[in-house]
Amino acid sequence: MESKTVKFYQTGTFTVGNRLLSEEERHVQASAERTNSLNSGHRACQGCGEALGARYAIDAAMKATNGQLVAVNATGCLEVFSTPYPETAWQIPWLHSVFGNAPAVADGVAAALRVKGKKNIRVVAQGGDGGTVDIGFGCLSGMFERNADVLYICYDNEAYMNTGVQRSGATPPSARTATTQAVGVHPGNEFGVGKFLPRIAMAHRIPFVATASVANLHDLEEKVRKAIPIQGARYIHVFVPCPLGWGSLPQHTLKVARMAMESGLFPIFEAEYGKLTHSYKIRRQVKVEEYLRLQKRFAHILKEPATIGLLQKMADANIAEFNLMEEK
Amino acid sequence: MKTPPRPFAITLDPGSSMHNLTGSWRTMRPVYSHFLPPCNQACPAGEDIQQWLYWAEEGKYREAWEEISKNNPFPAIVGRVCYHPCEMGCNRNKLDLSVNIHAIERFLGDLAIEKKWSFKAGADSGKHVAIIGGGPSGLTAAYHLRRLGHQVSVYDAGPKAGGMMRFGIPKYRLPREILDAEIERIEKMGVRFEFNRTIDDVDALRKGGADAVFIAIGAHLNRKTEIPAKDACRILGATEFLREMEGAEPPKIGRRVAVYGGGNTAMDAARTAQRLGADEVMVIYRRDREHMKAHDFEAQEALDEGVHIHWLRTIKAITEDSITVEEMKLEGGTLVPTGREETLSADTLIMAIGQNVSSEFLKKLPGVEVRSDGTIGVDAQMQTGAPGVFAGGDMVPAERTVTNAIGHGKKAARYIDAYLQGTPYTHPEKPPLAKFDALNVWYYTDASRSRQEMLDRVRRKTGFEEIVQGLDEETAKFEARRCLSCGNCFECDNCFGVCPDNAVIKLGTGKGYKFNLDYCKGCGLCVEECPCGCIDFVPEVK
Repeated sequence: MESKTVKFYQTGTFTVGNRLLSEEERHVQASAERTNSLNSGHRACQGCGEALGARYAIDAAMKATNGQLVAVNATGCLEVFSTPYPETAWQIPWLHSVFGNAPAVADGVAAALRVKGKKNIRVVAQGGDGGTVDIGFGCLSGMFERNADVLYICYDNEAYMNTGVQRSGATPPSARTATTQAVGVHPGNEFGVGKFLPRIAMAHRIPFVATASVANLHDLEEKVRKAIPIQGARYIHVFVPCPLGWGSLPQHTLKVARMAMESGLFPIFEAEYGKLTHSYKIRRQVKVEEYLRLQKRFAHILKEPATIGLLQKMADANIAEFNLMEEK
Repeated sequence: MKTPPRPFAITLDPGSSMHNLTGSWRTMRPVYSHFLPPCNQACPAGEDIQQWLYWAEEGKYREAWEEISKNNPFPAIVGRVCYHPCEMGCNRNKLDLSVNIHAIERFLGDLAIEKKWSFKAGADSGKHVAIIGGGPSGLTAAYHLRRLGHQVSVYDAGPKAGGMMRFGIPKYRLPREILDAEIERIEKMGVRFEFNRTIDDVDALRKGGADAVFIAIGAHLNRKTEIPAKDACRILGATEFLREMEGAEPPKIGRRVAVYGGGNTAMDAARTAQRLGADEVMVIYRRDREHMKAHDFEAQEALDEGVHIHWLRTIKAITEDSITVEEMKLEGGTLVPTGREETLSADTLIMAIGQNVSSEFLKKLPGVEVRSDGTIGVDAQMQTGAPGVFAGGDMVPAERTVTNAIGHGKKAARYIDAYLQGTPYTHPEKPPLAKFDALNVWYYTDASRSRQEMLDRVRRKTGFEEIVQGLDEETAKFEARRCLSCGNCFECDNCFGVCPDNAVIKLGTGKGYKFNLDYCKGCGLCVEECPCGCIDFVPEVK
């Protein structure tokens, strides 16, 4: 990401704020005036990564659009925990559709705004991995190929959490879910299945595709800020751990996300018109095993070095493919 | 009033999630806390190092200096001569290297001298304290007692104040203008000095109007050892030798100087002799480098300047121009003579095998415990067996360093004040130690330790110019910012940012944060993601 890195103050750019930086140099999240798009009182579990990721992303979008934003939300955890009728935790213009059609609805909203001549209002669509990579995939691909003027943000917690942790197309190999139990010859989710949507989005050659992590606020905010003014279809895929579904401790949500990022298992990069342009360089590399150890969904493979080895290979392949290591 | 019609199938107005007080889910509660940083714990003068670094990070040097002054009135001196145990404790050692605390302290002390910052005395209490000895301990006590409003008279046997800081530590480690400036600042608080005045009757002082007495006469007597000598070469005591350096004429030494001993005083004496122009300077020490009392860097600096160190040697005999030494060996920690002897050519011998306290005069004071080694017994309040008579510094059993003496002076002042007020002083309870494991070090940027420039080796051998140079402002600030702020908030906004429930309220710069317990679900993310580990996580009680 081309963004300003604060050279040195104890924590550089890695913490949310810093008392010694000017207001402009701090993150959106460091400001007491941030939108708090997703407000207190929502019913997400303790330590919810998705609630955090959504506030990070939408607050950044609100800042970038100066509050001129409409968000369309697919069905999923994010919608259910935030908006049980008749109350809502959203403090922005917000529209709920059904599970699979958020990209299409967002395209419609964008078209309506265009017709009304409201060029300054930007449209964001958001959903979980289930609503995005599986159920809403047709609509999303359509949105991409039409190059609709929508920023789609997927919060990926790697399964259908709202309905009781069922496997999705984004569930990683060997993870235990309600539908991929840790039994049989290949316990957990199978190897060789599933899909990595950012790559598919890149194949649509849309103007902007990026991955981000709730553990890297600086990068996430920069990507939203960069994506907002671009005309056409944009896609950001945000990695958000789910303590309930992953069997990790609520206080470890960011640690888990950080381990995924620092092991290379979840690559952080951005692409323009189908071409990789930037990637996050791993700061403190960790072994995949350290990431797995924090989560009960991988408990059954901790004594299986061969399986751990396969996951480590995936991480190593990501490091090579997305160029995740600083050149020495 | 009529409400506007609702859309089809909508029966309720939109409400806010704020009605849902999710704080009721909580079983654990985050609490902003202060933990004791290991640097503070290790400081013999009891400085709140983390706090003054916090100010220095912001460039608020005046605040930083005033924070140091709460405990220690000598930052420019201590920044040069302290052996900085704080840096041994520093948690940053586990990342790269400790923060260069002493260099920043020196920078602040020098800045204070440059800017002529001064101390203020407290409102007059009407009480009077006599202090015997104007070394670091006595001066520190004088400073703290003046701050508390007591009248202070300092009596010193020497011609000037400073004690071992002036008559023991060579100029190349502590330039005298720095020493003078920091002492003058204390003098200006209204401390009365009487020099060349040896006190041998404490009772008379008390009868003369002193409501309390603090004795800090140090340890100036050279320890002696029996060495067979016929037509012996010139023999000097290390303390006299170093003291004479402050006189009009430098002490007379020969061309080949031997120093007997392996402590810091021995190194100071050897390096001073080197600078006085001796052809050859050697240190003779009965143990090896690993077991010497001097700090390794002092031995290294001496070696760099061309001093020879003969390890594992004891002196058997001396003549006019030679010293016979016997080789020793260490067996399981005990020294064993080997019987092998060698003769070294030398015409001057400086004895640096330790110092004693001239505490003879205290024997007549009832209740005072004078130990066999001359040191004085004091209780936890620095008070001797005689009520109202306190003692500290090198003359009480403890490690003999300037910083330790400063700590004694501060502590004694506190209890003298309590004694004068007739109210007991209770020290606030120390918070638990800030442990490395509580830090989230991922957030800290890599930054290597700033080094201080050293004077060129050739110039070191020939003059008394200060060896170690100071840091400039930019470097000092950078170095201060390497502080991890262990266990104490430095306002990075992480807790405010990482809360998925917006349950952290930002109170504004310098004011920190508070939790909104109506919505805090007790997930603990703020606790885990706090870089400095200042948030405690405690169970909710019904």
